[in-house]
Amino acid sequence: MIVTRALTKRYGAVTAVRSVDLDVREGDRYGLLGPNGSGKTTLVRMLLGLVYATSGEIEVMGRRIPRHVREVLPQVGALIEEPAAYPHLSGRANLALLDAAGPGGRAARRTRRRRVDEALEQVGLAGVGRRPVKAYSLGMRQRLGLAAALIRRPRLLVLDEPGNGLDPRGIRDLRELIVGLNETGVTIFLSSHLLAEVEQLCTRVGVLDAGRLVLQDDLAVLRAPTGRVAVDTPDADQVAALLDGQVEHRDGQHLLVRYEDAAALNARLVGAGLRVSAIGPHQRTLEEIVLSVTGTGSDHIGSSE
Amino acid sequence: MIAVELVKLLRRPRTWISVLLTCALPFMVAVFITITHLVPPPGQGSAFLSAVLQDGALYPAAALALVLPVFLPVAVAVVAGDSIAGEATTGTLRYLLVRPVGRTRLLVAKLISVIVYVLLVVLAVTFTAYATGVFLLGPSQAAAVGQPPPGPGAGAGAGLAGQAPTAGQAAGGAVTSLSGTPLSLLQVTERTAGAIAFITVSMLGVAAIALFLSTITDSALGSALGALAALVASEVLVTLNAATVVQPYLPTRYWLAWVDFFRQPIFWRDIQRGFGIQAVYVVVFLAAAWANFSTKDITA
Repeated sequence: MIVTRALTKRYGAVTAVRSVDLDVREGDRYGLLGPNGSGKTTLVRMLLGLVYATSGEIEVMGRRIPRHVREVLPQVGALIEEPAAYPHLSGRANLALLDAAGPGGRAARRTRRRRVDEALEQVGLAGVGRRPVKAYSLGMRQRLGLAAALIRRPRLLVLDEPGNGLDPRGIRDLRELIVGLNETGVTIFLSSHLLAEVEQLCTRVGVLDAGRLVLQDDLAVLRAPTGRVAVDTPDADQVAALLDGQVEHRDGQHLLVRYEDAAALNARLVGAGLRVSAIGPHQRTLEEIVLSVTGTGSDHIGSSE
Repeated sequence: MIAVELVKLLRRPRTWISVLLTCALPFMVAVFITITHLVPPPGQGSAFLSAVLQDGALYPAAALALVLPVFLPVAVAVVAGDSIAGEATTGTLRYLLVRPVGRTRLLVAKLISVIVYVLLVVLAVTFTAYATGVFLLGPSQAAAVGQPPPGPGAGAGAGLAGQAPTAGQAAGGAVTSLSGTPLSLLQVTERTAGAIAFITVSMLGVAAIALFLSTITDSALGSALGALAALVASEVLVTLNAATVVQPYLPTRYWLAWVDFFRQPIFWRDIQRGFGIQAVYVVVFLAAAWANFSTKDITA
């Protein structure tokens, strides 16, 4: 769906994006992670033909960007950094105007009202009426920005920091909306500096660090069991003695044991008369994964805001 | 896209406030003249103003002469300077471009919307000034000599008809009496339309400069002020004898040539040059705007 090859963008002496090979497949919910200033927004803008690459190639839906933006972008919905609207017009008027600015002619005009209503419904703004956008709250503006990305019923949604300005309920609505759209076949490409958001939402992850794509894989692969079992036990000393050499890490009552099968280990410990309060296969969190691949500047990444 | 730009123009409060304010200045002047019956002596002050007491129907021409040097170009510079930079500041530019709207198309649509805006202001000034002129300053004396005021500019036509052709700048002094060849209704309508078209076109040079600056900076204020600076520079040089060499190429050089539409016969030389110089400015600055905008990284 999105493929880039050695994509590079330099602004004068600063290299914002450095030889990035992005690979987003159809049907993915792809999360692009990286601290602020790591090049996420520049990358997103290049995919949409707003910023021209210094070198490298971009293909979206199999067509070269920016040469074929005219054929590609009508099938793409985008939220780029903050949403934007004409403040003195209503949300509905803004969407209608934005839609009219795009291609499509008479066919688009005929379905416009229906598509605008549908988009407002999807983001939970159906009842907002004629109020001008300048009277909207931050969260409502964000929802309107999402609606603007949806009016063309896109095959690909590109969302740059979509959770900004949303309250917890808004974030949950957004998550449900994105998953729902993805289930109907819409590919999602979102960028975020919030690890938790991406971890809950995405099926595939890329990590940008100082303009380089330092990691790109399916979340399921990244979070595959590590061949270790995490054990919480009040009898930590005895367990460590029993499993001598297999305990990799100990932190109070919490042990990390090199062991294939959590159930078998549990049976063995209980059989030896040791108490177990919690046991399960060990998985790395996305935070650990990201921190392990990012260098300087990674301290800007937080698992929550 | 052009329709979209026009909707944006017409639904923006700023458009109507600026139209209202531009119409308010001539209205205010008319009120003062009505109360005091003082007008500049012939040959001094704003064009046509000395004659409006004799003929209220002359007032549209006087009103256009009042708003042309400052009000109109300021309004045009603000609207054109805001066109791209303003969208960049609010962030709507990037959303328009990913619709997608072609960058060239957007520029052309912006220019057309500026032209429509100028036309709107000029027409509003003409019609409100005609109404104020007739109601406040009294009906045309041309009516007394068998020339009913058929429309805006009628008196102006009568007033200037038969005058010896002079350079546009000196035209203010040309209104000395209402004597001269009378113009038919058709002629007056044509000439008024011609003058309105000429004034609109006169603003395009400034508009193109402002539009170009608007693609360079993301500050609407910066591009509007830049265009105004160019305008002021041009107006200074036009009156400076030492700058005679460059005067034929200045955007404001032929601004007052619209008065020549009301001569009998129409004095075409400056009008043609005026159209020509504006065309050159539009082509040059639009090309520069296009070259800059179509290769620009949109980071706003």
